[in-house]
Amino acid sequence: MSELLDAAVAERVLTRALANGGRFAEVFAERRQGLAMSIDESRIEAVQAGAEEGAGVRVVEGGTTYFAHVDGLDPADLERAADEVAAALRGDRREPRPLRAEAPSPLPIELRPEEVPAERKAALLRELDQRARGAGAEIAQFTSSYAEARRQVAVANSDGLLSGDDRTRTRIGAQAVARRGAAVETGAETLGAHRGFELLEGDPGAIAEQAARKALTLLDAGPAPSGSMPVVVGGGFGGVLFHEMTGHGLEADHVQKGASVYVGKLGERVAQPLLNAYDDGRLPHEWGSDAIDDEGVPTQKTQVIEEGRLTGYLYDRLTAERDGVAPTGNGRRESFRHLPIPRMTNTYIAPGDASPEAIIAAVEKGFYAVSFAGGQVDPATGDFVFGVSEGYLIEGGKVTRPCRGATLIGNCLQALMAIDAVGDDFFMKTGICGKGGQKAPVGTGQGHVRVGAMTVGGTEL
Amino acid sequence: MTDLSATAGGAVEAAIAAGAGAAEAYAARDASREVRAHGGEVESFTAATQSGVGVRAWIGGRVGYAYGTDLTETGVAAIAARAAGAAAVADEDEFAVPPEPARLEALPGLGDPSVETWTATEVADLALAIERTALSADPRIAGVEQVVYADAVERVAISSSTGIAGEYERSDCFAYLQALAEGEGGRETGLGFGLARGPAGLDPERIGAEGAERATAMIGATKPASRSCPVVLDPTVAASFAGLIGGGLGAAAVQRGRSPFAGRLGEELASEALVLHDDGRDREGPASAPFDAEGVPRRRTALIEGGRLRAFLYDTYTANREGGASTGSASRHGYRSLPSVAASNLVVGAGELSFEQLLEQAGDGVLVTDVAGLHSGVNPVTGVFSVGASGRAIRSGELAEPLREFTIASDLVSMLSGVRAAGSESRWVPFGGSVKTPPLLIGAMAVSGS
Repeated sequence: MSELLDAAVAERVLTRALANGGRFAEVFAERRQGLAMSIDESRIEAVQAGAEEGAGVRVVEGGTTYFAHVDGLDPADLERAADEVAAALRGDRREPRPLRAEAPSPLPIELRPEEVPAERKAALLRELDQRARGAGAEIAQFTSSYAEARRQVAVANSDGLLSGDDRTRTRIGAQAVARRGAAVETGAETLGAHRGFELLEGDPGAIAEQAARKALTLLDAGPAPSGSMPVVVGGGFGGVLFHEMTGHGLEADHVQKGASVYVGKLGERVAQPLLNAYDDGRLPHEWGSDAIDDEGVPTQKTQVIEEGRLTGYLYDRLTAERDGVAPTGNGRRESFRHLPIPRMTNTYIAPGDASPEAIIAAVEKGFYAVSFAGGQVDPATGDFVFGVSEGYLIEGGKVTRPCRGATLIGNCLQALMAIDAVGDDFFMKTGICGKGGQKAPVGTGQGHVRVGAMTVGGTEL
Repeated sequence: MTDLSATAGGAVEAAIAAGAGAAEAYAARDASREVRAHGGEVESFTAATQSGVGVRAWIGGRVGYAYGTDLTETGVAAIAARAAGAAAVADEDEFAVPPEPARLEALPGLGDPSVETWTATEVADLALAIERTALSADPRIAGVEQVVYADAVERVAISSSTGIAGEYERSDCFAYLQALAEGEGGRETGLGFGLARGPAGLDPERIGAEGAERATAMIGATKPASRSCPVVLDPTVAASFAGLIGGGLGAAAVQRGRSPFAGRLGEELASEALVLHDDGRDREGPASAPFDAEGVPRRRTALIEGGRLRAFLYDTYTANREGGASTGSASRHGYRSLPSVAASNLVVGAGELSFEQLLEQAGDGVLVTDVAGLHSGVNPVTGVFSVGASGRAIRSGELAEPLREFTIASDLVSMLSGVRAAGSESRWVPFGGSVKTPPLLIGAMAVSGS
């Protein structure tokens, strides 16, 4: 990564950052390039190209982090940022350790998106548009987006680390609107990975038809039921339920501030013994994977729940230092303009041994949440809420009619403990997670999961 | 001409030289600070400068956009060339034409010198005072998750080949905390916040006390029984809904049939108690500016008044589609984004009733103090929503036990017609965009609990 951050420059910046003391200093340099476009009303629009460079410098002393960031990678600007940070400290000069360059292997990219002509990307969106509109006469509108983003990062710190990563993510999204009389419904689907344009070499247009089919299905939807009942959650993006209700509470910053329901619960039973769960930033080409985190720590696979017992939290450097443990490679930042904080990478419930059919067949009257529009949790209280984008009634062990406008609501300690079946049909999906004003690409996954009882908030009282 | 205007002007020239028929450049530079405090200590202090330019290029009716941080002459030329290159990929759209210049009136009062005169130590003390106030407000306050203070001074310059040229500077700051209360039934959180043009305009005691009060009020909360009943939305919640309504009134959503308000202009769809304006020139408004994101003057637009839907919000493109005029409602998230239609500051009209009188009018119902899952629980096309909520029971016109883990469900248009009264005390809220609103009483909503 010497091209982004020269070792000599990095050493100078770290030396200046520690001019007035500090137990840890770091410089993080980044180059970001991206292209995005969309199709709406069957017209290619909003073609946007971006290129940004910049760096962030931080010094940690006591419990305080001092941080400055600048646009551009001019060594003079980086040194100015270091001086600005140092000016906030009052101690004696400290010398950073000499840098030892590490060269972790970035995830390989077969076909660099920036080398693919923009016309080909536009043609892909046109294909999605046609396929969605061909899915049914009731498809009234269709929008789709294409985005590629490359982040080259380099990080150097006063402990002597100099490392870097080169990340390329590609993602397409499709949203269909179906209309029948006064009924209007939407359906969405995405496809994304830590990959180049090779991601789109199979049949990416299928997501357009999937989105259209969801919207069409919902035209027949009735009101969602209300009340407490068994809920079967679908595979893949259903994992967002675990991400929200448990994952965030395992991020060490929340835990250390007492703002997590999982404080002091390490080793304790938090779920039935059939449940195993992981955060894994090394899953090949998954959306939330990177070679290193944004503090230069190699990503890893962390088991967070083992046979129902809580086995681990997710750490960045500072929170790991505070707990006297090794960082878990979860120190992530949206860009050089942000401080790293503990974040999930790819979080999932490991596959169980039940078939999805058997999981549903055991429910006399319940709700089947196939996918979510999103969710939110207050890690301190554990209260969560999820909007269901595709949901059905389960009656007599069978999936019957689609429901619109359902919300799942509950408390994560109870809901996690209430998971009584885990399916064998595991797969991962992509998400964009927001925390502390920072967005991060995250993977979520699971097979079908059944929650014994959960509150469904619908419009049918 | 300042260097920022010169950068914007140079970018326009470079885009024309690169083959664009018309071009616009939006250059921005800001200096910002952020303090995060926890446990009586400053957890992090951030100081940052940012600058960049975004160039919109037109080749006939094709539009392309590029942005970057390299503001050297060659850097700007490269950005401009990428914008022209992006335009070549887009499809022709006859309504995509650059805005024409209009007289820009200065808007004084967008800056507060305290943003620049208060030192890092002084703003850190402000954040710590917020935490201290919350911790000492009530013995049941177990801690504060985090206090955040942030400020910024932003300078924006815009220039276009049609002759638009404008520049302004604006300062903003906000602070908030999440207080933690411990009591029977577990842990509760409470948000306190304030926003102003500079730190001198914030009241740390009030922010800290609000967080503590909201957290302790929730101790012992239980699920309400499912029913349909009157609901009072406090200003933070009313603002979130106002933001959703404002989103549905943007012409882009309306024209593409993705709004519950499409085709309903002039209809009597709201209660007379609900008055909604978009005001891009209110001096207290965080989004106020002399001109919008494409150089069209900001103004005040009546959206809902006398129970009728009076207007939609337009930028130049959506106005062209209808042969009308922009309402100065182009907005962007800094130089990295293309302009698009959005509300500036939404202002919900205040009514006559005090908060106590609103509760009295509600009789038996629910006060909602927090909603969750708005981004996932609302269908923006139909306006149908079901969102997670917490708050207090209202019994015989008075606040009673705290409630949690319930949902409120309705649709935005029914909600507008169901507004029975607006409170008399408004506040600025940073949720749902930038909104000034009083509490609102809704006649009936589906509350779903146990």
